[in-house]
Amino acid sequence: MTALPANNYRLAGGLSLVVLASFVFAYLQPPLYRAFCEWTGIYDVQKADEFRASSVVGRPVTMEFDANTHGTGLRFTALQTSLATHTGELIQVNFRVENLTNHPVTGQAIPSYGPKHVGNFVKKLDCFCFRQQVFAPGEVRVLPVVFALDRTLPDDVGTVTLSYTFFEVPGGVGSTAPVVNGSATSGSGI
Amino acid sequence: MQASHDAHAAHHDHAHDDHGHHGRAPGLMGWFTTTNHKDIGTMYLWFSFIMFLVGGAMSLVIRGELFAPGLQYVSPEFYNQMLTLHALIMVFGAIMPAFVGFANWMIPMMIGAPDMAFARMNNWSFWLLPPAGTLLVASLFVPGGAAGTGWTLYPPLAVQMGMGMDMAIFAVHILGMSSIMGSINIITTILNMRAPGMPLMRMPMFCWTWLVTAFLLIASMPILAGAVTMLLTDRHFGTSFFNAAGGGDPVLFQHIFWFFGHPEVYIIALPAFGVVSHVIPAFSRKHLFGYTSMVYAIAAIGLISFFVWAHHMYVTGIPLTGQLYFMYATLLIAVPTGVKVFNWVTTMWRGELTFETPMLFALGFLFLFTVGGLTGLVLAITAVDIQLQDTYYVVAHFHYVMVAGALFSAYAGAYYWLPKWTGFMYDEALGKLHFWTSIVFFNVAFFPQHFLGLAGMPRRIPDYATQFADFNVISSIGAFGFGFSQLIFLWVVLKNIKGGETAPAKPWDGATGLEWTLPSPAPYHTFEDAPVIKDEHLAAAH
Repeated sequence: MTALPANNYRLAGGLSLVVLASFVFAYLQPPLYRAFCEWTGIYDVQKADEFRASSVVGRPVTMEFDANTHGTGLRFTALQTSLATHTGELIQVNFRVENLTNHPVTGQAIPSYGPKHVGNFVKKLDCFCFRQQVFAPGEVRVLPVVFALDRTLPDDVGTVTLSYTFFEVPGGVGSTAPVVNGSATSGSGI
Repeated sequence: MQASHDAHAAHHDHAHDDHGHHGRAPGLMGWFTTTNHKDIGTMYLWFSFIMFLVGGAMSLVIRGELFAPGLQYVSPEFYNQMLTLHALIMVFGAIMPAFVGFANWMIPMMIGAPDMAFARMNNWSFWLLPPAGTLLVASLFVPGGAAGTGWTLYPPLAVQMGMGMDMAIFAVHILGMSSIMGSINIITTILNMRAPGMPLMRMPMFCWTWLVTAFLLIASMPILAGAVTMLLTDRHFGTSFFNAAGGGDPVLFQHIFWFFGHPEVYIIALPAFGVVSHVIPAFSRKHLFGYTSMVYAIAAIGLISFFVWAHHMYVTGIPLTGQLYFMYATLLIAVPTGVKVFNWVTTMWRGELTFETPMLFALGFLFLFTVGGLTGLVLAITAVDIQLQDTYYVVAHFHYVMVAGALFSAYAGAYYWLPKWTGFMYDEALGKLHFWTSIVFFNVAFFPQHFLGLAGMPRRIPDYATQFADFNVISSIGAFGFGFSQLIFLWVVLKNIKGGETAPAKPWDGATGLEWTLPSPAPYHTFEDAPVIKDEHLAAAH
């Protein structure tokens, strides 16, 4: 053997530092990409996506929010009932849910729109309606939805109503509703 | 064991019993506690072959479903789980451990070292693998099933899936730790433990490929660990690395993943190049042509592999400058790879060739890997790739380099060194049968997939339009033929372990290297005293 074990440990220690540096590098990638793109100017990472809040404001639109439930022990309200906004603007609105029962309730919110055809123009980035929600007995929770109105919203639409209805999920935690075959869909990402 | 080595050499005869230099402990516990590089190499090889059969069975589920259009046997969700696990198991459970197994068995014997540098860590590297493999397979049985994202684990789907995804993430963590420890071990062994008289530039080519591979592993595996850790915290701890609603970006995952993922391609390919660089000279009865250029080519491939990652991402909206850069950089890799292919061909030029099974597999590798490399060049062209992205053309491409490349090379190595491992010659007729069935069925399975991809059949979909039906039938027949052909190899190995014609120390008259100076089978402990190295033992003797 040409080397003493001490050499081996020293080398292994150095290699472990490479491993650590690589792991840290993975986390450094977001700021590095940003810095690289700004420095070279090949790509504007700050460029407003179609739905990012921007200085270029679209046309004014009134949003109305509505909340109701269907056979659940939940009290479901919109914290804001109307909002003057513009197309292309990133909006977050909050809804409040209170479980009035003394057992857990699994619910799924289903959206509907008025007028009916504007659903395709409401671009949601995140929504509590993307997944089932489990509420502990007596729990109060505020649920956000983040969205923007598409700039191609038809000109004859001046007011958009977004309405959510909470349904109890059959077979969910603490369910009292009967299980109907095929109705227990999850994450109907609408 | 290394600490006692100097003292050991001084009074060699007495030391035998004092220092635990007997065989492994009896029974199963012996395999759990062994620190012998040959035992651990054997376990790596068996583990990888078992995982190869498991992953292969999954691919037959996929090909069974694709035998005809429509949904026949499995649900789309299960189909996605099968293709994800097939890929993860084949990449991390079969191909990578197979070459680590070769490294464990052969590197100490090639460089004249008594064992790996960190023998106990070596044991741990291996025994992390079975739990990781178990996690992957067991994730099929949890609610929601296994990860169905494809092996690339792209968000947003990877953030939304059930607990099977968490199991896959943990499995990747464990496999990564195993690879990193194995790599540190291999680098230390190669750099510090070569016998006197073996400078780096005269080292066997397999050691060179593994040295570069191990550096690729320690630099890229932690990146994958970081990526899946981010997935995990996005899933459970409220971070938003990849969640647009929280200010993250799903495309970021692709950048991080492929920054690991492209070096990973060469992590698999380089040791395969190393094995072939031993087999082709042995059966050509010539020295490897262009040793120095081979070493530089390996290093160049390793280096460039870190700078081409976004060629997997041409359709994610990267700027035109980026597309052009990544296209040219990717084409650049063909240069050192071409150097290697030409060197292998030139090694055979005017050689005294014979075609035993290892040579057949090496030639199969050379021919089909070049086909896969060529389709890789096609895919590197941005304008073409935008058309072919996520089609069966891509599937055909990477199976040519992964199966006909890496797997065939592993078979070449296994047949080449089996006599050294077991002390018996394998059944040459069965070996040749294995080769010919493999190469024929491989091409029947995968060649038509080029046509399917060019015609627009997307990958990762359990159903397809009826105009794709005929080629899919051919491909499925080939896949089942290929799958069952691999059982011949199992038969060969089992038969070989039980007995056969006694192997001489050097069964291949053209072979060079220190491993052939040892008797067959190789004794449990070898090169406890550094060997005297003669010119004819070295790969670069001229």
